[in-house]
Parts: sequence; structure tokens; C-alpha cells
Amino acid sequence: MRKIAIYGKGGIGKSTTTQNTVAGLAEMGNKVMVVGCDPKADSTRLLLGGLVQNTVLDTLREEGEDVELEDVRKVGFGGTLCTESGGPEPGVGCAGRGIITSINLLEQLGAYSEDEKLDYVFYDVLGDVVCGGFAMPIREGKAQEIYIVVSGEMMAMYAANNICKGIVKFAEAGGVRLGGLICNSRKVDNELEMISELAAQLGTQMIHFVPRDNVVQRAEINRKTVIDYEPANPQADEYRTLAKKIQENEMLVIPKPLPIENLEKLLIDYGLAG
Amino acid sequence: MLLRHTPKEIKERSALVINPAKTCQPVGAMYAALGIHACMPHSHGSQGCCSYHRSALTRHYKEPAMATTSSFTEGSSVFGGQANLIQAIDNIFTIYEPDIIAVHTTCLSETIGDDITQIGRKAKDDGKVPEGKYVIHCNTPSYVGSHVTGFANMCKGMVDYFSEKTGEKKNVFNIIPGFVEPSDMEEIKRLVSAMGIEFIMFPDTSGVLNGPLTGHFSMYPEGGVTIEQLKATGDSTGTLALGDTASSLAAKTLDTKFKVPCEILDLPIGLSATDAFIDTLRKVAGVPVPDSITYERGQMVDLISDMHQYFYGKKVALFGDPDQLVSLTRFLLDLDMKPVHIVTGTPGKKFEKTIQDLTADLPYTVNVKESGDMFLLHQWIKNEPVDLLIGNTYGKYIARDEDIPFLRHGFPILDRVGHSYFPTVGYKGGIRLLEKILDLLLDRIDRDAKEESFELVL
Repeated sequence: MRKIAIYGKGGIGKSTTTQNTVAGLAEMGNKVMVVGCDPKADSTRLLLGGLVQNTVLDTLREEGEDVELEDVRKVGFGGTLCTESGGPEPGVGCAGRGIITSINLLEQLGAYSEDEKLDYVFYDVLGDVVCGGFAMPIREGKAQEIYIVVSGEMMAMYAANNICKGIVKFAEAGGVRLGGLICNSRKVDNELEMISELAAQLGTQMIHFVPRDNVVQRAEINRKTVIDYEPANPQADEYRTLAKKIQENEMLVIPKPLPIENLEKLLIDYGLAG
Repeated sequence: MLLRHTPKEIKERSALVINPAKTCQPVGAMYAALGIHACMPHSHGSQGCCSYHRSALTRHYKEPAMATTSSFTEGSSVFGGQANLIQAIDNIFTIYEPDIIAVHTTCLSETIGDDITQIGRKAKDDGKVPEGKYVIHCNTPSYVGSHVTGFANMCKGMVDYFSEKTGEKKNVFNIIPGFVEPSDMEEIKRLVSAMGIEFIMFPDTSGVLNGPLTGHFSMYPEGGVTIEQLKATGDSTGTLALGDTASSLAAKTLDTKFKVPCEILDLPIGLSATDAFIDTLRKVAGVPVPDSITYERGQMVDLISDMHQYFYGKKVALFGDPDQLVSLTRFLLDLDMKPVHIVTGTPGKKFEKTIQDLTADLPYTVNVKESGDMFLLHQWIKNEPVDLLIGNTYGKYIARDEDIPFLRHGFPILDRVGHSYFPTVGYKGGIRLLEKILDLLLDRIDRDAKEESFELVL
């Protein structure tokens, strides 16, 4: 079983990319579980064809500790198993603690046990790693592999670099490694070259360049992944390729985060100057 | 030799505290809240916090300390404690029927950011707070300050929620007694009454945590400041805050909000601090000092002069809460004793400066530390031995290992009684302190005397 966490700046398209990739992996015959770690609980919407009714934390709140795995796990596209941590409404409580509680509970319930015969577990984590709770998926040997979704926009690259700093910290203590950057294109000038260079400087790879296509939006409005909605669309093949590359990826590294000056220089060399 | 591993050599420590000389903020907040009549202290957090804080108070006062808790679960930590607190408020007013619920927070509820003001308002809007009853609060994260800070915060909470200004100035003085024993609060009231001054003392735990055994349990004993009194504090002529750390916050709030001027004084422990207290009362209220008080003072001075040879030059180490330590240091100086090591666990840079100023005329430099611990105090004592140790019960380990006479004073005292009934403030309280110090010093002389110099008369 490979455990993978997807990080990246808020709004970059983590959930969309994750679900489309998971659809690709499922289509290849893998048994995949997706754990949404966002209080908004929208990380499995495309796989389930709508928002999940019972998040782990809602169930915990209503039923107490006496939660059954079946209460919080739903089967989605291609036999994928979908769970959502959920969390408090904005401005109250502690969402970070929610992720910790939720992941511990899933473990206790045996969601990752051998009998589940999982090939992959994907953690889709909220934008920035603002506190310890949001680092839970990469603590204590939970996820071993991380992919960062990024685009050619400055803040997205800045966030990716910051996330790498977090990975370094946990890589030394546990076994977590960076598998690569996924470029979710925003049609920024020289985007492919710039992200390839960023990946190289971080000591990793740009595992795939996902072009921008409106079919993704159309599929989303229909609560589906592209592979589900228009299997023959070239964009579906892009996600299949990404899935295949992840399946075959053997380049797992401890990243080398860039000093801020180098990051800015990269932007100037490829972005403004180009 | 329970502390045999404490080394004499002192090394700089950056991150380690060993045997802290303080406890949690909520302990102080709970104690202050018990000084309001018919008030239920409420701990907004997990059950363990509340249990610990109650037992800390119960062990010291030897009385049951009533308090309730929001009983946080894993779910409350994630979703916030609003539902628990509103349910608690409903239950408490229905079952235990206090007039006031005084909520204090804990580390957990502070860290997840529960907004008690908003939750209190919602409880009221939802009809969970009966007419004429109140929910007040203060914030008490234990990773900030100490039990003294918590006491100060709850005192400010009383002002924030109750004090009003009707515009009619009354010839009444507010007295904030500081984090002292119920017996001390009683003594302060006796002295102020003897001066013929009308006053409101808040909080007032006398009669609450040192009451008699009657055979009947009362959840809300007779004592404590009342709601009417707290409301009236905004109309008073002035406020006397005893103890800067514990009392100045509430006093300054009254000054800022209602223009009630305040005087911040040291706790009236010992000769010069009690003199300052009585003299300030005389000046602000424009009253003469009655003969009865002058008489008590005379007795204290008599005792000091009779026994001065035994006090003179004796080295003392002391630890505890800053307000007590400042006054005790003044007292030791009054007696020509030598305070040499002084440690408080309560943070606050001002403390070291105050002690340094007080002891500036001494021919040696006093060791003083805020945010310090008892390990450091012990190391200091190993380097420069003392004739007397003053502090709370936790000092007994050092006293035993180093064979030092030990005077229990401060919070908590877990292994002796008396503090509930006999004050250490005022002249009478000072006489009691002198008696205790002399007992210890003279017992030591008797113990160590050779047969040929074992004296009948000392």
C-alpha cells in the first residue's frame, strides 16, 4: 500500500487533480482510498457525485466514540473508498485538531488494515500547513510520499517551497519523501520551463504538466471527474498519464528548499524577463 | 536526601524548569470567584483541569471548593466548546442555583480560541440565564503568568461585568485584598472598620473557605462580596489595591472606566508595609488612626525590640508569590535579618527591580529571580547557606535536605493548619509571624546547644 499526501496552495486545484488522478489509478485496477482533510469536506465530491453526508467528525460528534467504519466511508467512482474528515465551521473550534482526531479514528477503525487490500491511500490536505494538525498526514510515517500541486504563479511556487521546508522537518524524523511537483497550468508564460527548473532546484522532478482545459470545469459542475464525464477527452488522458507516472515513480527525495532570493531570481529569469 | 541530585554548581538553563514555584492561572481565578457570594466558579475546559484546581484549593483550605466544568471531549476540542458551555450554564442554574457563574478558561479552550463573551451572550439570548442572574468570565491560559495572574484576571472580570457609575459619589473605599488567606481578608476588614471607614472588599473569601463545621453542607456559605456591592464599586471615592501583581489590574480598570482613583500598596505584611497601609487609609479617608491600632503596633514594636538579638543578621531564603515576597522582604529588613535568596515562579520583570531597589542599601547583592524555580533556590542555598527558609509546603524537601528551619507561608500549605484562622497581615498578623520565626530560630538554638550552654531563659 502506498500512502500519498497532496499539498499545495489554497485554490490551486489539489482536490480536482487528486480526484482525477485517483480516477485514473482506479481505472487501471487499483484499489484506492481518499481521505479528505479539509473542513469544507469537498475532497471527494467528484468521485461520489456529490458531497458526502457524514464526515468522520460529524459522526464522532453525533454518535460519540462508537463510530463504525461503514458510517463514514462511501464507495465512489471505480470502487474508490471515500472519507471526509470534516471539521468545525469557520471561526470556531480547532480544524487542526479535527484532522488529528479523524486520522487517528480511521486508524483505530482499521481503515488502513491489511484486509482492506488497499493499493493507495490519498490524503488531500487543506491549502497551507498552518499548524501541527495539518501536518498530521505526514507525521509518524502516515503518508510516505508527497506530491505538491503548483502553477507558474508566484504565490503557488512560494507555497510549494514552504511545504518543502515542512517535508524536510518530517523527513528527518520519519520516512516521508517528496515524489514531485504536479504543475496544474494557469497558462503563465514559460510555465513548463519554470516549474521544471523549480523542481530541479528543489532536487525533485516535475512529474507531469497538466494543461488547462475547460472540460475540467464542465465535469466539475456535473460532479464528476473528467475520466468519468468524458472518458475520450484528451484531458482524461492527461490524468491517466499522471496516474501512470505516479504508479511508476521511483524518484522519492528529501527536497532542498530554496532561499527566497533564489526563488525570486527564478521568477525573474523565466517569468518577467521571458 | 530526596533532593540529593541537586548539584551545587549552577549552570545556565534555557528551556528546563525543575520544581516550579507557581501553579496554574485557573487556581487563582477559582479562588477569587469563591470570594463572590453565591457564585459558582466554572472551568471551561476538560474535566481534569477542574479536578486539579479544586483539589489544589481543597488541600490548602481544608474546605470543599465548589466548581463546575464544561467537560470537553475530543469533539468539543474540534468543534469548539460553545454547546458544552451553554448546556453547562443551563444545568448549573437549574440544579445548583447560584446567582453568578464565573467562567474561566483553560489552556485547551484558549488555544482553540473559544469566545466566552459571545457564548455568554448567546446563553442569555437563548434564555439560559434566569432574570437577575449573571454569567461573568475571564481568560486564564495557564501557559501565561501564574495562579496570581489568574486571580488578578478574575478580579478584573468582576469590574468588567458589574461595576457601574450612577454619578453619585459615595464616601466608600474599594479594597482589593490580593491573593491572601481568608483569615487575612477578615483581618483587613477588621482594621479598615476600626478606622471607621466604609468599604467594599472584593473578592472576600472570609467565611467561605474558613467557615465553621456546622453539620450542614451549604454550597454557598454566608461570606463573599455581593452583586450590589460589586455594582457599587464604580461610585466609590477610591480603590486600595493590595499587592501589585494580584490587585492592580482590577484597580486600574476601575480608574480607567469610572475615574475611581487607585492607590497600589504592598500587602500589609510586617511593620513598614502595614504602616504604609494604615497611613494611606488615614490620608485618603481623612480619619485619625484609632488608639486600638496604635496599641497593636506598639506591641509589635515591643516584641521586635525585645528579641532583636535573635533576628539580627540571620540569613533568609524565601520563595512564593511576588506580592508576598515584596512585603516579607521589607519585613525582614525591618527586623535586621538578611534576605539573601528570593525566587518567584510568577513571571514579571518588575519583581526583580522592586527587590533590588528595596535591598539596594545592603552591603551585599541579593539573589533574586522571577520565573525562577525551586531547583535554583536550592542551588543558591547550597552555595550560600541560610538560617531560615520561608515559603509554601513544597519547601519542606529543601529544608529537610539542608537542615534549615522552615516557616510555611504562602500558597499552598498542604501539611500544616492555622493559616485559615490566623492572619499574617496587619500588626497582629505580624506578631504571629514573629512568633513563628522566633519559635524556629530558638528551637534551633536549643537543639544545637551544648549541655553547658543550654539556657533556660532566652
